[in-house]
Amino acid sequence: MDMGAILSILDATLRLSTPLLLACLAGLYSERAGVFDIGLEGKMLAAAFGAAAVAAVTGSAWLGLLAGIGVSVATAALQGAAAISLKGNQLIAGVAINMLAAGLCTFLGQQWFRQGGRTPALGPNGRFGTIDLPFANEVAGVPILGPIYSELISGHYILVYVAFLMVPITAYVLYRTRFGLRLRAVGENPKAVDTAGISVVALRYQAVIVTGVLCGLAGAYFSIAQGSGFGNNMTAGKGFIALAALIFAKWKPVPAMFTCLLFGFLDALQIRLQGARLFDVEIPVQAIQALPYVLTVILLAGFIGKAVGPKAGGVAYTKER
Amino acid sequence: MKFSTFTKAITGGIALSALLTGAALAEPALIYDLGGKFDKSFNEAAYNGAEAWKKQTGGNYQDLELQNDAQREQALRRFASQGANPIVMMSFMWESVLAPLAAEFPDTNFVVIDAVVDAPNVQSIRFDEHTGSFLVGALAAMKSDSGTYGFIGGMDVPLIHRFYCGYAQGVKAVKADAKLIENYTGTTPAAWNDPVTAGELAKAAIDSGAEVIFAAAGGSGLGVLQTMADAGKYSIGVDSNQNYLHPGSVLTSMEKRVDNAVIEAFTNAGDDATFKPGKINLGLQGDFVGYALDEYNKDLLTADMISQVEALKAKILSGEIQVHDYETDSSCPL
Repeated sequence: MDMGAILSILDATLRLSTPLLLACLAGLYSERAGVFDIGLEGKMLAAAFGAAAVAAVTGSAWLGLLAGIGVSVATAALQGAAAISLKGNQLIAGVAINMLAAGLCTFLGQQWFRQGGRTPALGPNGRFGTIDLPFANEVAGVPILGPIYSELISGHYILVYVAFLMVPITAYVLYRTRFGLRLRAVGENPKAVDTAGISVVALRYQAVIVTGVLCGLAGAYFSIAQGSGFGNNMTAGKGFIALAALIFAKWKPVPAMFTCLLFGFLDALQIRLQGARLFDVEIPVQAIQALPYVLTVILLAGFIGKAVGPKAGGVAYTKER
Repeated sequence: MKFSTFTKAITGGIALSALLTGAALAEPALIYDLGGKFDKSFNEAAYNGAEAWKKQTGGNYQDLELQNDAQREQALRRFASQGANPIVMMSFMWESVLAPLAAEFPDTNFVVIDAVVDAPNVQSIRFDEHTGSFLVGALAAMKSDSGTYGFIGGMDVPLIHRFYCGYAQGVKAVKADAKLIENYTGTTPAAWNDPVTAGELAKAAIDSGAEVIFAAAGGSGLGVLQTMADAGKYSIGVDSNQNYLHPGSVLTSMEKRVDNAVIEAFTNAGDDATFKPGKINLGLQGDFVGYALDEYNKDLLTADMISQVEALKAKILSGEIQVHDYETDSSCPL
């Protein structure tokens, strides 16, 4: 395998890990605050639809992105209301969001655009283009580092850079700010936070809203950057894979990035291994497509050890009377 | 405003279902497959045919989009017990469901496209995808000198291998030493609706040197067409004429005139006097398959390319070129 092929796999890895990473960090905020979120998939899907619909009507990718974030935050607030204020079961609230998003997006899409739930294909301004970083062409000739910079690091959608920038930002917020300290505390011991005179409910809502914003970015990435328009169920279970990555990474931002890169890499590898031959026998496509999942099981079972989530996760907080 | 359209849709739906249960009607019915009615490809071609029939005859038809595999039996049974006749079904996925139901409703005429079901009241329509794909493969090889040509199929099933095999033979007929990259978006029906994976496969093929990719992947193919247009390279559409989607980038489309087949079925299959059960093959003869040429791709295909591909077509029709059909022996000798 030559340098070009390796770079092309790594390039695809970045593209494919981006939505996972955004969704994974989104889940991190919510779960660290003690709200289990299996509604990541639904929020992403709703955001993908909102972004594509607005981008199709206005012709502006930026307005589409804002709409995607708006829809996702609204969905997150709804889920938050059910799980935090009304003290409903957090898992069921998440499942409900997933089902609601899947059905509603298709229904509204059909009502508005009459293309079977799909949104119209977007023009060049309705999508985010790829960005060439400065000096990408100039340094391309430098051995090894040149192609790495010009082909691997440069030339991605803006949301890819945003996603990877969110990792140090999240780590800083979580471990170095007052908000982060309180966030972690409310997921471990909400009673102590309450005793200190801080509102558990308000903190959890803040966390859920941040989750909504990040899911909005992830959803918009599907429909107005990587893709060109919304298609039914286009998130294709990525929200659940992000959830697995979050557990895999033991709810920590930097390991989350590496886990998502691993999943993205396996996906990219799978795409390029189709039709590959081993000892002159063609490996069946099914075997190669199962590869990411098989490796996930092996890694989960063999290497990660026990994953213990935030202690207060999954339980709505009730003040003692 | 949205609320009122919503209520209208609801009340309309109630009125419609009341109507349907009330009277038995011998209207034709059409069941689309999982790619969805507006996939801009296979199912949309059927829809266009049905609409054309409606315009010509003023008749009415019912249609239904499947949401998942489990609905097949239920949808078909509902139409049959309501007295719809004929019932036209799209896709190869119907074989196991249709066989028992055709025996259960002997008075209903069924037409299934892309599958073969042997029953006295079933007409099975097959298209010669291999010969049509051969022609677009030849065009791909004439257009690009890269020596590498891509193919991205939807679900990994024999029918799609038939497309690939014809395409590969067409490429090799023009450039004998060409290299082919063969990909599929998945192994489940979800593979028909996964443009993101299809787009990634296209990027991988571009990285390996492909300049033309033939997408035989239903709704997923849209991702291939978009990726190739973004990269300034060429794609080949499938089933419907998809040239208009990205003018200047879609080289041509392997058209299957599903629309004509649906018009034909709606017109003749409802009446036992004109209904012809059994297997019907539609091919290059009568232009039921072929390459699409219109105002969107006329600048991409030179007069020389067209005369060459027409010569190949004449040779296939005369039997001088035998295009191997993957489904005869489940292999593709190249």
